[in-house]
Amino acid sequence: MIEIKSLVKIYQDGDNAGVKAVNDISFNVEEGRFYTLLGPSGCGKTTTLRCIAGLEKANGGEILVAGKKVFSALDGTFVPAYRRPIGMVFQSYAIWPHMTVFENVAFPLRVGKQRLSNAEIQKKVSTALEQVELSDYGERMATQLSGGQQQRLALARALVREPQVLLLDEPLSNLDAKLRERMRFELRELQRRLRITTLYVTHDQVEALSMSNIIAVMNSGVIVQEGPPRDIYLQPKTKFVANFIGSTNQMTGQVTKLEGNGTATVHTDDGEICCGILDGLIAGSRVVVVVRPESINLHTQQPPIGSNVIEGKIGAAMFLGEYVDCTVELGKNVLQTHQRYTLQVRRGDPVWVELPAGECMALPAE
Amino acid sequence: MATAAIPRTGKMTLSLDPALLIPVVGAGILVYLAVLPLLMLFVGSFQAEVAPREFVYTLKNYHAAYASEYTYSTFLNSLIFASGSAGLGFILGTMLAWLTERTNTPLRGIFVPLAVVPLILPGVLESIAWIFLLSPKFGYLNVWLTNLFGLKSPPFNVFSLPGMIWVHSVGQVPLAFLLMVAAFKSMDPSLEESAMMSGANTWQTFRRVTLRLLMPTAGSVLLILFVRTLESFETPALIGIPARIYVYTSEIYLAFNEYPPDYGRGGALAVGLLLLSAVGVWLYTRATKEGKKFQTVTGKAFRPRQFDLGGWRWVGFGFLTGYFIFVVLLPFLVLFWASFLPFFAAPSWDAVQKLSLDNYRYLNGFRPFWDALQNSILLATLTATVAMVLTSLVAWIVYKSRLPGAWILDFLAFVPITIPGIVMGMALILLYVAFPIPIYGTIWVLLIAYVTRFIPYGMRAASGSILQIHSELEEAASASGASWWETFKRVTLPLLRPGLVAGWIYICIVSFREFSTSVLLATGESRVLSILLFTMFEQGQVTVVAAIGVLMIATLLSIVAVFYKFTGKIGIQT
Repeated sequence: MIEIKSLVKIYQDGDNAGVKAVNDISFNVEEGRFYTLLGPSGCGKTTTLRCIAGLEKANGGEILVAGKKVFSALDGTFVPAYRRPIGMVFQSYAIWPHMTVFENVAFPLRVGKQRLSNAEIQKKVSTALEQVELSDYGERMATQLSGGQQQRLALARALVREPQVLLLDEPLSNLDAKLRERMRFELRELQRRLRITTLYVTHDQVEALSMSNIIAVMNSGVIVQEGPPRDIYLQPKTKFVANFIGSTNQMTGQVTKLEGNGTATVHTDDGEICCGILDGLIAGSRVVVVVRPESINLHTQQPPIGSNVIEGKIGAAMFLGEYVDCTVELGKNVLQTHQRYTLQVRRGDPVWVELPAGECMALPAE
Repeated sequence: MATAAIPRTGKMTLSLDPALLIPVVGAGILVYLAVLPLLMLFVGSFQAEVAPREFVYTLKNYHAAYASEYTYSTFLNSLIFASGSAGLGFILGTMLAWLTERTNTPLRGIFVPLAVVPLILPGVLESIAWIFLLSPKFGYLNVWLTNLFGLKSPPFNVFSLPGMIWVHSVGQVPLAFLLMVAAFKSMDPSLEESAMMSGANTWQTFRRVTLRLLMPTAGSVLLILFVRTLESFETPALIGIPARIYVYTSEIYLAFNEYPPDYGRGGALAVGLLLLSAVGVWLYTRATKEGKKFQTVTGKAFRPRQFDLGGWRWVGFGFLTGYFIFVVLLPFLVLFWASFLPFFAAPSWDAVQKLSLDNYRYLNGFRPFWDALQNSILLATLTATVAMVLTSLVAWIVYKSRLPGAWILDFLAFVPITIPGIVMGMALILLYVAFPIPIYGTIWVLLIAYVTRFIPYGMRAASGSILQIHSELEEAASASGASWWETFKRVTLPLLRPGLVAGWIYICIVSFREFSTSVLLATGESRVLSILLFTMFEQGQVTVVAAIGVLMIATLLSIVAVFYKFTGKIGIQT
């Protein structure tokens, strides 16, 4: 539904050579999918979205929306934003303060190429408002709505034209935590029901993981890894991805031996660790072993000899309600781990950490 | 990699395609309005007419203007007048602002709008009203005080430098007040509270924190008051010239009013005043930029701390009441009273019996009054319309088009703020006396002068409202399928309207009361109200002048009323 080929966007920075905000990225979004661009601010995700919307003109590459070429640097095609089959929700919602709720939603129908009768407009707007549960608010001024309602209004406005593609630019970032959680769920439900192809931009990993079919993690204008949420979380391919998605422990070391089957033994400052390894790394490679805090098992008694068990002592233990957040000081490294709330330890207690081999991963050190 | 990176100079997202033409035309208009007259002034100041229509280049004008001893007394007068007015205006304005914003003075809330009321009084009327009150011969206050205390001589003489300073500075107080209120309002109370938590008492806190934080603002407010006084001509014309106290602006006026007019010397003087004012404005913009360092606004909503004055708050209340009665109300009352008198007389039982509507009846049949009123209204509305259309276009180019070189337009639109009114008049005389199209002596040359002078005000209103519109509001329209024109018509324009209307009305008001440019340019059939007031006052028809003044104030008040109605109705809270 959306095809991006070698997209490049350069921002002129005074007289200097331009900054490549988007540097040769390509991806496809299949019909009906929920595709997320995830990355820190300044990684080029919003610029990519704005190029697809037609709000920015890219400098290189090609963009196809619904099989139609809307931008091409080669033959100079540039379809203006208002001729593209898109609906978009902005970070600030961009609700027009001088119109009622109804008029905000009716706007795309009133300015479109095909003129609709008033009855048709009425009907379509009602349907759109119903979808987002704002039916009772049509005659209110748009500014009288609460944050969550404004967000839903923006969504209704984006959907009323029945676009082929829905573009969402950090739509939940202005909401408070509780509301964000609910809207995340509602947004996903609506997308499933309408089966509308959606491109979502966010810097929030929880949003990305919980809503997407496919996530593309971006950094410095390029896509570093693309895949389903589970793969991105469990099998990060670079240190950046491992760090950006969730919190991660890192131990640097050197591969001593490849065990085959995608596993290897790594020598770290705190001993040998058996772990999964990324394709292409060989014995002798400098690596970092990454392991998630919730993957680590903590023992207060020395467990019967098992692999990947390292002795240490508790550095700090914080009771957070749902779990206990402990740091464990090993010889050189400090690991962070989440344990069940029943755990009762104090600073300085001797403990043994067990790193399950299947949940540790050796990644290139750089 | 198929990325033939096409080099592009800027990013134009929503700009229309013939976009290059508009900025060029805009720049052309601005150069014509703001730069060309100054160029003519500069050239003219180096020219002397040796035979009719025959000019030679010379330094004689500058010699005549700056090498005489006489000029230095004028300079000294200007300096005393400007620093005195700036200082007094600042002290009064700051007192009012502090008492109403930061203390628990009783009823301080109602004094805030009252302190701004004098803005409605045109400078010419301000001077006339104070002459009514403080003239040594017939001024009401002098007469009363002399009778009351049996004084031998009147205690006040408005026809003196201190008199000029008083009259001009009370006119400046509202400006100083507004600027200082803004400064007091934006002060984060936690800065003072943390000083108190560090052990400083109220006085120490005030001296070591509050005062220091205000320093940059105070400096720039003083500077702007100084420059504005230097440029002003109302008080120097109505009080200074009769008192033979000449300042810079009156010198330029007199050079023009001699027979034959000495354009060369006037031009040379005007160039000097222009440079002084430009330096002042430059220092001011620099100071306010510096002031950003001290900026105490954090975007967090807060209520400034209030000082508990204890028993002193009644002193504060007394000061506010006294200021309101004597400085704000009295000038209005005296004009109103005098407008019903056949000749000037102090309020007494005798005088009350002479009160009549004769002055207004006289005006009804007085052709020049109706002509001047018509000119003034026509000019005010035309100026406001032309200036707002021009500046909203320029502001849009500067802030939205992201065209390279848009800052040049911004700069050109800022230039007129440095041009003192009387210098503008001088420059336009030099430009249009020999202009192929005979517009000199008509209201069109006044229109050009007003539009040029008030472009910066228009810019402020237009750019303010354009910057307020989040670009996503326009992009959302674009993403909803609206073309450039539909976006402009249905989203941009409705959102801009309140700001543009406010700017329009403000320019309307300042055009209506304009004096210092008109005094050189308005002649005969192009006479406007403020000039009519001036000439009739010089001729001694003082009570008729008072009647014109009352009608003028009434007109201005109705404009303001419309303004409040409009901003109240279509103001959009975002």
